[in-house]
Amino acid sequence: MELLLQQIASGLTSGAIYACVALGLVMIYVSTDHINFAQGEMAMFSTYIAWALIQAGVSYWVAFGATMVIAFAGGLLIQRFILKPLEHAPVLALVVCFIALLSIFNSMAGVIWSFTVKQFPSPFPKGDLTGAGLVSYHQIGVVGVTVVMLGLLTCFFRFTTLGLAMRAAAQNASSARLMGVRVSWMLALGWGMAAAIGAVAGMLVAPIVFLDPNMMTGILTYGFAAALVGGIGNPGGAVIGGFVVGVLENLVGTYIIGNELKLSFALVIIVGVLLLKPAGLFGRVNVKRV
Amino acid sequence: MTAILEATGLSAYYGPVRALYEVDFRIETGGVTALLGANGAGKTTTLRAVCNMVRRSGTTKLNGQDISRLATEDIVRLGVAHVPEGRGTFTGLTVEENLKLAFHVRRDRAAANRDLDLVFTYFPRLKERVRQQAGTLSGGEQQMLAISRALMLGPKLMLLDEPSFGLAPLVVQEIFRILRSINENEHVSMLIVEQNAALALELADHVYLLETGRVVTSGPSAMVQNDEALRRAYLGY
Repeated sequence: MELLLQQIASGLTSGAIYACVALGLVMIYVSTDHINFAQGEMAMFSTYIAWALIQAGVSYWVAFGATMVIAFAGGLLIQRFILKPLEHAPVLALVVCFIALLSIFNSMAGVIWSFTVKQFPSPFPKGDLTGAGLVSYHQIGVVGVTVVMLGLLTCFFRFTTLGLAMRAAAQNASSARLMGVRVSWMLALGWGMAAAIGAVAGMLVAPIVFLDPNMMTGILTYGFAAALVGGIGNPGGAVIGGFVVGVLENLVGTYIIGNELKLSFALVIIVGVLLLKPAGLFGRVNVKRV
Repeated sequence: MTAILEATGLSAYYGPVRALYEVDFRIETGGVTALLGANGAGKTTTLRAVCNMVRRSGTTKLNGQDISRLATEDIVRLGVAHVPEGRGTFTGLTVEENLKLAFHVRRDRAAANRDLDLVFTYFPRLKERVRQQAGTLSGGEQQMLAISRALMLGPKLMLLDEPSFGLAPLVVQEIFRILRSINENEHVSMLIVEQNAALALELADHVYLLETGRVVTSGPSAMVQNDEALRRAYLGY
C-alpha cells in the first residue's frame, strides 16, 4: 500500500513535468499546426542558462524569472528568424528544421557546459510532508507550479484581448488579419510562451533527474504522449494528460513491465491514442454549421 | 466630391495567372459604390487587392494616403473594414469574443464599448446569442456577425463581399436595410460586391461593371438601371 501511494505521488510529480512539456507543445501546435520536436532541448538549454546564473551567484528565484524571460526571447527570435522565412515551406522542411534545432541545442549545451552530469538545486525545502518518504516538498512544489501556470495561461487566453487575438489568429489567420491582428507576431508570441513554459519544466525536472544535455529526451516522449492523451489542441487536456501518463507510467513500470521498459510504455500510449482515439480524451470537435 | 479610396492601375495575380488588368476606380466619401459583374470578373479580387491580400501592382490611396505597400492588418487599422467572402467567422469563439476581438486594436476603449452597444442596436439578434459559439449561428446570423465585426473596428470604409450570398430573401432585405442605415447614420463609405445586381443598384449610388478583370463601364446607379442593353448584357435582367 505504501509503495502504491509512493508511486502515485512520484507519478504525479513526473506527470506535472510532462504536463509542462505538453503545454509547450500544445501552445505551438494550436498557433501554428506544427509539432516542435526541439521543445525538450530548448527546455534543457534554458535550464543550463538558469544553472549558469545560479553558479554566478544569482539567487534561485531571480535566476528562475530571468531564465523564463531569456527563454521567451529565444523562442520569439527562433520564430522570427528561422521559422518565418519558412512560412510557405512544405511540412517536411519544417520537420527537418525542428530536428536540426534539436541537435543544435543538444550539441551547443555539450560544447558550452560539457556533457558531465550536474546537480541542479530545488527551491523547495528538503524533506517530505509525511516524514515517511512518501511525498517530498519538491514534488508538491512541482505540482503546485504546474497548476498555477495552467491557471495563469487559462486566464491569459480567456480574459485578455491579446490572448483572444492569439486564439483568433490560430483559428482563422486571414480573418484575424482583417480584424487588424498582426498574425505573424502572434505566432512569435506563441513560440516565446512555449519556450518559457518549457524552461519551467526543465528547471523543475533538473533537481530530480540531474542536469545533462540529454535529460529531456525521454521526457519529451512522455510529453508527446501527454499532449496526445489530452487532445493535442487542448491546454487543459494536456495537463490532465500529463498527470495520467505520469501516474500510469509509474504504476505500469513498478507492477507490470519493470522500470527499464517505461519509455516504451510512452510509445505504446502514443501509438494507442493515434489508433483508437486520435482526438484524445478531451479533444474538442468544433460544432460547425455548413 | 472627395474620394475616400482611389485606385489607379490596380492589377492582381494568383500565381502566374493575372486576375485584374490595371483597374481604375474611386469611391466617394460617404457614398456606396457597387462592383458588379459575372462570376470570375475579378470583383472579389479587387477587394482583396485593396487590402493587399493578393499579389498586386498599382496604387491605392486612402484619403490621399498611399496604402499600396501596407500590410493587410495596417490597412485595417487605418479604417478599412473588409467583410470577406465566406464571412470569416471565428467558429470556435463565442459571438461576444468575435466582436471583442476588435478591442485588441482599439485604443479608445470607451468608443469601442459604444460601438458594441451600437452593434447590438443594429443586430439585436446577436445580443441574444452573445455566449453562443459562433459556428452554431445560422448563415444570416453569421453574415450579421461579419458586418458587426467590421463595425466594431470603427471603420471609415467598409468593403463588403457578397453579403447576400446563400441567404433567404427576407434576411437579405433586412441586411441591406441595415447596411443602408449604417451608411447614413455612421457615415461609413462602402464598396460592395454583389451577384444580385438589382439589390446592389438599389443600395449603391455609383457602379463599376467588371468583365474578366477589366472595367467595362462605370457611372451613377441610375444610369445602369435605365440602360436596358447594358443590364441585359452584363447583369442578366
